[in-house]
Amino acid sequence: MTDWPGYIGLILQGALVTVELTIMGSALAVVVAFAAGLGRVSRFMAVRALATAYIEFFRGTSIFVQLFWAYFVLPFAGITLTPLQTGVLALGLNVGAYGAEVVRGAVKAIGREQREACIALNLTRGQAMRHVILPQALSLMLPTFGNNAIELLKGTAVVSLISLTDMTFQAQVVRAQTGNTLIPFATILVLYFLMALAISWGMRWLERRVTRGLDGVRT
Amino acid sequence: MEWDWNFVWQIMPTLLEGLKITILATALGAALAAVIGLVFAILRMTAPKPLARATSFVVEFIRGTPLLVQLYFIFYVLPDIGIRLPALLAGVIGLGLHYGTYAAEVYRAGIENVPRGQWEAAKATNLTGRQTWIHVILPQALPPMIPALANYLIAMFKETPLLSAITVLELMNQAKSVANSSYRYIEPMTLVGVFFLIMSLISVVFLRFLEERYARVEER
Repeated sequence: MTDWPGYIGLILQGALVTVELTIMGSALAVVVAFAAGLGRVSRFMAVRALATAYIEFFRGTSIFVQLFWAYFVLPFAGITLTPLQTGVLALGLNVGAYGAEVVRGAVKAIGREQREACIALNLTRGQAMRHVILPQALSLMLPTFGNNAIELLKGTAVVSLISLTDMTFQAQVVRAQTGNTLIPFATILVLYFLMALAISWGMRWLERRVTRGLDGVRT
Repeated sequence: MEWDWNFVWQIMPTLLEGLKITILATALGAALAAVIGLVFAILRMTAPKPLARATSFVVEFIRGTPLLVQLYFIFYVLPDIGIRLPALLAGVIGLGLHYGTYAAEVYRAGIENVPRGQWEAAKATNLTGRQTWIHVILPQALPPMIPALANYLIAMFKETPLLSAITVLELMNQAKSVANSSYRYIEPMTLVGVFFLIMSLISVVFLRFLEERYARVEER
C-alpha cells in the first residue's frame, strides 16, 4: 500500500520552496528592474550603456543557460552559492531584465506635458520622478509585471535541474519511488496553476489600489 | 581553472551537433505552435459558448504552468496510457502546445484589432464569409501579428534547453555530457551561453526589421 499522505506532504514541502523562490526572485527582480529601467533613461551615458548591456545580456541568453552557468562555472571562479541562492539570483536577474524594459516603456509613456509641468514647478529631476512620473507609470507597469511574475513562477521549475528540492523535484522523487506518474505530475500542474491564478488576482487587486485617485488622469 | 582553447575546438563538433537538434526542435515546435494556436483561436472566437469557455480554460491552464512539467507529463505520463513518444517528438509537442497558447492570443488580438467597420463594409458590399476573410480581414490582421509571433519564436528558442531534461540531445545536453565526461564545465557552459547570445542578438536585429516593416500589434 502506497503512503499517499506522506507523498502529498513531500509535494507540499516542495510547493513551499517554489513559493519561497517565486517571492524572493520577484523581490530581486523588482529591485533590479527599477535600477536598470531607470538607468536606461539616465542622463549619463555610462549608466545607460551599463543598463543596456545588462538587459541585452540577460534577455539574450536563456534563463537555463544562466542558471547552469551560475551553478557549474561560478564555483571555479571561487564563488560558491547554495542552489537556492543560485536559483534566486538567476531568476531575479533574468526576469529583472525583462522588467527593466517594462519600467523604461512606462516611464517613457508618461506625456511630455507632465515633464514640462515639473520643470515649470521647479521640481528637481528626482522629485519629478518620485512624485509625478513614477506614480503614474506604476499603473502602466503592473499588468505586465503580473505576467512577468507568472513567467518567474514557471521558471522556478527549472531549478529542480540543479538539485533544488522544489515542487517539480519532489514530483520526480514521488514518481521514482511509487512508479506512479499521473498523480504527482497532475497534482503539481494543478498547484502551479493555482499559484499563477493567485498571482494574477493579487496583481489585479494591486492595480486597483494603485490606480485609485488617478481616475480621469489617464484611461 | 584556466580557459583552454584546444578543448574548445575539440568539443565544438559535438556542440554543433546539439545546436542542429536545438534548431530543428525550434522549427518544428514553431510550426506546430502556429497550427495549434490557430485551432485555439478559432475555437475561442467561433465555437459555441461552453466549448469556447473550455478552450479558454485550457489555454489559461497551459499558460499558467511550467513547460518543464508539461514536458514531464507528456514524456512520463502518456506512456502509461499506451502513448509512447520518442523524446524529440515529445519535446516538439510540448513546445508546440505551450507556445500555441501564446500564438492563439496573438491571432485573437490581431483579428479583433481590425475595425468593426471593415466587417460591416464587407457585408454591405455583399461579400461572402470566405471573401470577407480572405480579401478584407486577413490582409489587415496578419501583418501586425508577424513581429509578435517572431518575438515568441525567439522566446521558444531560448526555452529549448528544457528538452535536455527529457533526454533530447540538444545543445545543452551535449554540453552537459562533454562537461561530465571531462570534468571541465567552464568551456562547454560558456559556449552554450555564447551560442544563445549570438543567435538572439541576430534575432533582435531581425525583429527590429520586422517591427519597422509591420506596425506592432499591442497586446492586451
